[in-house]
Amino acid sequence: MTAGFAPTTLTLRRDAQVRSVEVAAPERLRHAGTSVRVDAIVKRYAGAGPAALEGVSLAIEPGELLALLGPSGSGKTTLLRVIAGLEIPDGGRVFFGSQDTTDLPVQRRGVGFVFQHYALFRHLTVFENIAYGLRSRPRAHRPKEDEIRRRVERLLELVQLPDLAKRYPGQLSGGQRQRVALARALAVEPSVLLLDEPFGALDAQVRKDLRRWLREIHRETGQTTIFVTHDQDEALELADRIAILNKGRIEQVGAAHEVQDHPASRFVMSFVGETARLAAEVSDGQVRVAGRPVIAAEPGWPQGAVDLCLRPWDLTVGQGPGTLPGTVREWRRTGRGTVAEILLDGAEAPVEVKVTEVYEPGDRVALAVGAARVFARG
Amino acid sequence: MSETVPSIPPPSRGPHAALTEPRPVRIALILLAVAFLALFLLLPLAVVFVEALSKGVGAYLDTFAEPDAQAAIRLTLLVAVIAVPLNVAFGLCASWAIAKFDFRGRNLLITLIDLPFSVSPVVAGLIYVLLFGAQGLFGPFLHRHGIEIIFAVPGIVLATVFVTFPFVARELIPLMQDQGTTDEEAALTLGASPWRVFRTVTLPNVRWALLYGVLLCNARAMGEFGAVSVVSGRIRGLTTTMPLHVEILYNEYNYVAAFGIASLLALLALVTLAGKSFLEWRHADALAGRGAH
Repeated sequence: MTAGFAPTTLTLRRDAQVRSVEVAAPERLRHAGTSVRVDAIVKRYAGAGPAALEGVSLAIEPGELLALLGPSGSGKTTLLRVIAGLEIPDGGRVFFGSQDTTDLPVQRRGVGFVFQHYALFRHLTVFENIAYGLRSRPRAHRPKEDEIRRRVERLLELVQLPDLAKRYPGQLSGGQRQRVALARALAVEPSVLLLDEPFGALDAQVRKDLRRWLREIHRETGQTTIFVTHDQDEALELADRIAILNKGRIEQVGAAHEVQDHPASRFVMSFVGETARLAAEVSDGQVRVAGRPVIAAEPGWPQGAVDLCLRPWDLTVGQGPGTLPGTVREWRRTGRGTVAEILLDGAEAPVEVKVTEVYEPGDRVALAVGAARVFARG
Repeated sequence: MSETVPSIPPPSRGPHAALTEPRPVRIALILLAVAFLALFLLLPLAVVFVEALSKGVGAYLDTFAEPDAQAAIRLTLLVAVIAVPLNVAFGLCASWAIAKFDFRGRNLLITLIDLPFSVSPVVAGLIYVLLFGAQGLFGPFLHRHGIEIIFAVPGIVLATVFVTFPFVARELIPLMQDQGTTDEEAALTLGASPWRVFRTVTLPNVRWALLYGVLLCNARAMGEFGAVSVVSGRIRGLTTTMPLHVEILYNEYNYVAAFGIASLLALLALVTLAGKSFLEWRHADALAGRGAH
């Protein structure tokens, strides 16, 4: 695979053999897919306030599609920019494969970065935007004009915009700009592809299409890809694994089903889906709310004062022991049936529960609990 | 002083009923504005040309054949040719630093750039006399080495640079701040060297604003009177720029020649105005093309 860094081949096929071999080109790293590891990254911004990243460690497999998920201010974009080399960390190291890239300038890291608002060069055509990276190479490594043309055309086909080469960014729709931005990033054959809120500025339908399309591109190119999002659906649908960040720390890393079914913290639980939270107590193998047992405690659950976290879809209207009392706030029809907004006694916010009967606001109901999670209070 | 042109929204066509004054009020307001403009702007401009041509076209053209007049025109052009590029370089550096970096003293720098607007040009001229004049701080040193600054061309250039240096920077800073640094970051991730980033991304992004600033800077450089008047010494044919030459001729009751040279300066103003309008039109166009970037 020594031909891997000859600037004439654009590796589009996913190939485990190819990716496992790391070839260092003379002036920069280039892999079809490389592993990325960040180790105890600390980043503070000038001025007061807590650190943006407080010792974040994370390993990304070659060819993996990883989502950095978190609310705004959680440090996810900062982490992405540290990996890219756009921010210099105050502590910790960044590795691409086995090479320490912490001190490598951004130009020589071989990353493809797609910015939230695309950052296309507005005075250049789509063609020239995509060719920019190739034309930026030192003369000795710069492809010839017809080679550049061939590669840009191929990328335009990959992003399904073959007819727009002569347009200017201002003449494109948001979704088209997004595709051009991706093609531009892919043109330099990056070892790692980084996307900052790639669909953040697009409307719902375009988002959906582009998500599916990005998955396909990833399958085709096999590039190690990290994307930042605050949308849990996007992360769950798209990513092989999800790293959930909160206040500059990683709360959990895992596949979609892991973070959904086995959230490591109350924060993860409430961030990856709608959650009702009640103060409860675990004793004698029972989770008790206001002294009454609700559900059996599983082994390994904390004892004493806990937060009982419930998913709305685990709640059904029922009767008898173990049900939780609540008050109907609102009842309405939706496309998928009828739902009631119910405020459980002792809860801070109401939850939407699927119901079969008609309710009036103010009706008292009891909800049976199918499944629950508890987290120690604090 | 025009602020950033882009931020002015295009006037909406068709009056909104709620915002429309009664017809007589509208007409009165428009007439007032037109009358004011005519009295204070158009009339003087017309007088310049009428006076210049009062003894016929021949006398008017003779004005420019005079060696002192030609020297004044040459000197004015020379000063502009030196001062404008200096200010472009300075303006680019300053606005780049202010817009793209966050550093201590940034606000102080912004304030300092505006200083020439708030300092009287005469004071600006005096500063240079006090620094470089015969009795000035560096005067004896300069005299010993045979370097002449005050009452010579270098002094005129220095004074002009001082007076005009906000023009380019003031045009670029708001635009660059508005554009942020993501375009440059994108270019860096694509492997471009800093120089290439500047040449192919930063400069094209501000080219119209830069040209606009150059235009204003040039107009002021050629028309500056106060500061230049203090440092020039008014040696005819040697250290008189066009505005100074106009004053000298006027004081000699040579009205045709005075207004003749003045008409050239007025023409320059008109050309600048035309160029400015053209750029504003182009600028707006380019901005519309920018869309939601």
